[in-house]
Amino acid sequence: MSAATDDIAETRGAASETVKANAEGAAVKRTLGIGFWIALIWLGIVFFAAAFAPWLPFKDPDANYIQRGERPPYPPSMAHPFGTDQDARDILARTAFGGRVSLTVGLVAIAMGMFFGGLMGILAGYFRGWWDRIFSFIFIILLSFPSLVLAILITSLLERSLRTISLTLGILTIAPVGRVARATTISFTEREFVLAARTLGAKNGRIIIRELLPNVVIPMSALALLGMGVAVVAEAGLAFLGLSVEKGPTWGKVILTGAGSRDLQKYPWIAIIPIVVLFFTVLALNFAGDRIRSYFDAKETAL
Amino acid sequence: MSKTAETPLLELDDLKTHFRTERGLVRAVDGVTLSLKRGESLGVVGESGSGKTVLSRSIMGLLPSSTVNHGSVKFAGREILGLSAKQMRHLWGAEMSMVFQNPLNSLNPLMKIGKQITEPLRLHLNMDKATATATAVQLLRDVRIPEPERRLSQYPHELSGGMRQRVMISIALACGPTLLFADEPTTALDVTVQAQILDLIGEQRRDRNMSVILVTHDLGVVAGHTDQIAVMYGGKLVEYAPTKTLFADMKMPYTKSLMRSIPKLVDPSHSRLATIPGRPPDLVNPPPGCNFAPRCLYAQPKCHVEEPPLVQANDPSHKYACWYPVGTPEFEKRDAELQATGYRADDVMAVS
Repeated sequence: MSAATDDIAETRGAASETVKANAEGAAVKRTLGIGFWIALIWLGIVFFAAAFAPWLPFKDPDANYIQRGERPPYPPSMAHPFGTDQDARDILARTAFGGRVSLTVGLVAIAMGMFFGGLMGILAGYFRGWWDRIFSFIFIILLSFPSLVLAILITSLLERSLRTISLTLGILTIAPVGRVARATTISFTEREFVLAARTLGAKNGRIIIRELLPNVVIPMSALALLGMGVAVVAEAGLAFLGLSVEKGPTWGKVILTGAGSRDLQKYPWIAIIPIVVLFFTVLALNFAGDRIRSYFDAKETAL
Repeated sequence: MSKTAETPLLELDDLKTHFRTERGLVRAVDGVTLSLKRGESLGVVGESGSGKTVLSRSIMGLLPSSTVNHGSVKFAGREILGLSAKQMRHLWGAEMSMVFQNPLNSLNPLMKIGKQITEPLRLHLNMDKATATATAVQLLRDVRIPEPERRLSQYPHELSGGMRQRVMISIALACGPTLLFADEPTTALDVTVQAQILDLIGEQRRDRNMSVILVTHDLGVVAGHTDQIAVMYGGKLVEYAPTKTLFADMKMPYTKSLMRSIPKLVDPSHSRLATIPGRPPDLVNPPPGCNFAPRCLYAQPKCHVEEPPLVQANDPSHKYACWYPVGTPEFEKRDAELQATGYRADDVMAVS
């Protein structure tokens, strides 16, 4: 008897709970979720460390901190929290300074892709006709060219400076970003608000900048975050082939110093720690990009 | 009134709008002649694909440049057909504007309402920010939006469908156009909201002495809100009359069929709704004779061979294109036969 009443009471409690949850759910504003903010905090730390590395209390990334009576590499310790590599260089400092190069490459590459790809994609999608034919043809050529071969070709022909690497990876991001921009522009151009703007006397330039651009930039920026992750990984890939920036550490080069099979077995921290930093950074970029995309997607469907 | 009666605001003379396609020339609008006085409203009625939307867009010059246009469109006495987009831009918004079918799509989702209303004001009327904002508030008040000041800083998704359509109307009215196109303005809205929106358009028309072209597929919508009605079929005008005359004395069997396909309150429940059998004509290869003949329950052999011209009824303002209009002996005889079979369209088609 008492068990039965308990059951009923419980059911009632649960029912009122659901009602309450529903009522709250309706009132709750859509959020990006805690994961997004964790990803953002991680990215903040990494970017801060990279941007201000010379002014932060890091050790000299190129100095050899040989300890008397012991052969490097040294495992993580109080003096070297991430340990050192075979030349007794501080891995924490090298990772921070390496981030300067790797993240710059990622940022420049995606900025280039956003600017040129976005411009070409929007013009192609809005005007169609010859603009579309020419730019779509360029995108197809860029996409069908094996990207690694192109990167190797350019970096082995030109000096391996930060600028060359960034621009090479930048060229490779034009086509994917451009295609997204073009497709999004086409779908928005067919929406009636663009025609409505035209019937109110807006010129093409105004329609593109005021009506289309804000709508197209959202999916583009989500893609940009994903693309930046790809560019950072691509730099590491080039470093692995010995084709990354010549001067100073990069994440790819730091990983490479510890990537020999013997080193990986005996001194795993040399490669693993920068790999973990790279992994979490790319993961955070992807996650943040994905969350932004779905956040605005849902907003669209709610319209 | 007598002065405006002399110069119509809009005059179409044999307007033809054809599209070149791979299949051939699509005659979307094929010889439409009509005129509209300042302050009057015209209902353009027809099925999907009858050319009513193309008609309004081709008057406004919104169609791609590959479109082939013939005839003449005179706006306030000036020929505007074939003007470039650059020349038309002075008219768009300021002289003629348009309210679209779907208020969900016709507002920019990422721009605040206030920005969307003030932009044309600042563009066409060179208003400064404060004046434009004050005008926007007044416009929103005109279209009966509560708390207009607060709406200015809201985004379209924060408003309901009817509210968005009101905003759309206020944007279209912002620069005081003399001609407003309303392209199925109520199709995407709830029935209760539909009447409000139509009343609102009518009220603004009277207040601003503006002409309205109401494009719709619903005869019921135009009945109470227009002075004239143009019924289109297959890109052609098939009946054109003052609203009262049309409803009192329909000539064209097509108009009659449209009327019959509206459900009526006096019908017993579960009575079958009358439909028009078949589909709108292929505008690349229109049928010989009358466009409507293949679907017309009253078609006679002549209808399939010879195209009926647009002729005047007893009332000179009433025009129709039909060989055997409602009231002729041929029509009445056929109608009696149809009455006997109970207007079952499919049965009738099987017989004929």
